[in-house]
Amino acid sequence: MLIGKPPDIPSSAITPKDQYLNRRRFLRGAVSGVVAASAAALGGERLAEIVSPSIGALAGTRLETVKSPLTTTGEELTSLKDVTTYNNFYEFGVDKGEPSMNAGGLPTRPWTVRVDGKVKTPKVFDIDALLKLRPLEDRVYRHRCVESWSMVIPWIGYSLSEFIRQCEPLSSAKYVQFLSYYDKRVEKWGSETSISWPYSEGLRMDEAMNTLTLLTFGLYGEVLPNQNGAPLRIVVPWKYGFKSAKSIVGVRFLDKQPPTTWNDQAPSEYGFYSNVNPNVDHPRWSQKTERRIGQPFYAQRRTTLLFNGYGDQVASLYNGMDLRKYF
Amino acid sequence: MKRSTLILLKILTWLACLWPLGKLAWGAAANNLGADPTATITFATGLATLRLLTISLAITPLRRLSPRLNWLIKFRRLLGLFAFFYASLHLLTYIALYAGFDVNSMAADIAKRRFITAGVAAWLLLLPLAATSTNWAIRKLGGKRWNRLHKLVYAAAVCGVIHYWWQVKPGVLTPLTMTILVGVLLLARPAWTMRQRFVQSRKAVAARAAG
Repeated sequence: MLIGKPPDIPSSAITPKDQYLNRRRFLRGAVSGVVAASAAALGGERLAEIVSPSIGALAGTRLETVKSPLTTTGEELTSLKDVTTYNNFYEFGVDKGEPSMNAGGLPTRPWTVRVDGKVKTPKVFDIDALLKLRPLEDRVYRHRCVESWSMVIPWIGYSLSEFIRQCEPLSSAKYVQFLSYYDKRVEKWGSETSISWPYSEGLRMDEAMNTLTLLTFGLYGEVLPNQNGAPLRIVVPWKYGFKSAKSIVGVRFLDKQPPTTWNDQAPSEYGFYSNVNPNVDHPRWSQKTERRIGQPFYAQRRTTLLFNGYGDQVASLYNGMDLRKYF
Repeated sequence: MKRSTLILLKILTWLACLWPLGKLAWGAAANNLGADPTATITFATGLATLRLLTISLAITPLRRLSPRLNWLIKFRRLLGLFAFFYASLHLLTYIALYAGFDVNSMAADIAKRRFITAGVAAWLLLLPLAATSTNWAIRKLGGKRWNRLHKLVYAAAVCGVIHYWWQVKPGVLTPLTMTILVGVLLLARPAWTMRQRFVQSRKAVAARAAG
């Protein structure tokens, strides 16, 4: 028995707004862009990316990048498919496959980031201005989820510190809070949980100013797919993934530690710091090892590294701190 | 029920019960178990266990609805044993792919992590039920003792559902449907007993009034 009448146009056939906007921008683009796209389309894998709308990687959205000495070497990259279809973005559904199906409606243009709190003057930044603020760098980082799986992702962005300088924080600013986009008409899946939205994350000022902390606009050579936190997010590679807030609309400088979503939800399980640490177990599972995404089931397991292997750059931030207490 | 119908239904039940395993085997052979194959295998075997337990718990309440559904009892052992089969695969997944056969790490997990404690408890509760599932064991134990022993399945189902809740992140409500189903099926039992008592007492009152 068929209950209810199917809609005339299946939702899968409706082009998300960001994609038709991208298409317009693409058509307006220079001839060189078209040439580059055609060249790219000659490669089979590239072609698959271009024709697959769920990945949202259209030719007009490639980003120009420069090399970075801060990139991670010697790791096999996780495939674009896994990076863009295995996501935790609970506003678009709690299953890992849901965000790539549901995030098409995220309106990534126009997009502004509001900066307020302990700053000289509150400001609003436009996404297109932020994209041009500094040269965009290729930065491969290991990504370790608190759920004990991991990936290796080629991100694109520049150090968050470059942006923070533009914000002109006061000396009383000790913490920075990141607020994610939330509109329950666009992100109706968020109410399938008991989490109170919008998503909030935070860093201590010195953590935010560390050059590894990346203000991120893209991955795999192109703008971020919506499910990966378009149009801009942060990536903090030495912390568990949930610290890296997605789709940021607000940055607030504070003199005290901000409330953060998972810490509020379960303070005994998700600390404010949440540095990757194999010696401090999650109460419900061990953090000593992790499962690398995209490997066969018998070859996934590997040892988790303290600070996710970035100790040389960040361990000094926590000198004299008890990492068991401040987990 | 005709013997041929029963055989056909049994074959279909076997196929349905083997379906989750078949899908996993196919996925493993085609290297198509998703981005995180370990998690896929763990989730599929755990879910199959809880679903089969829930279906086997539904049989008694369904039979009480109508004597015409009595034939359902012929499927309960099959469903229960398949539930135990998937629970064992689920446990094996943990032992091999999570703990890497490391006994010390398993002991620490069971002692420290309540969701693992609940899961292991559920499997241990199912173990004697699977072991006494043969006709020989039923005869040896006697119907009454066997029935009493097999009430452990209620505790196993409760442990299984708790295991599911304790595994997901706080705030995630995915286990809710399963919890409601198991809850209703477990509550159907005392509800039935109370109804029986009520009917009996009404009969007794009526008999006294008549006498």
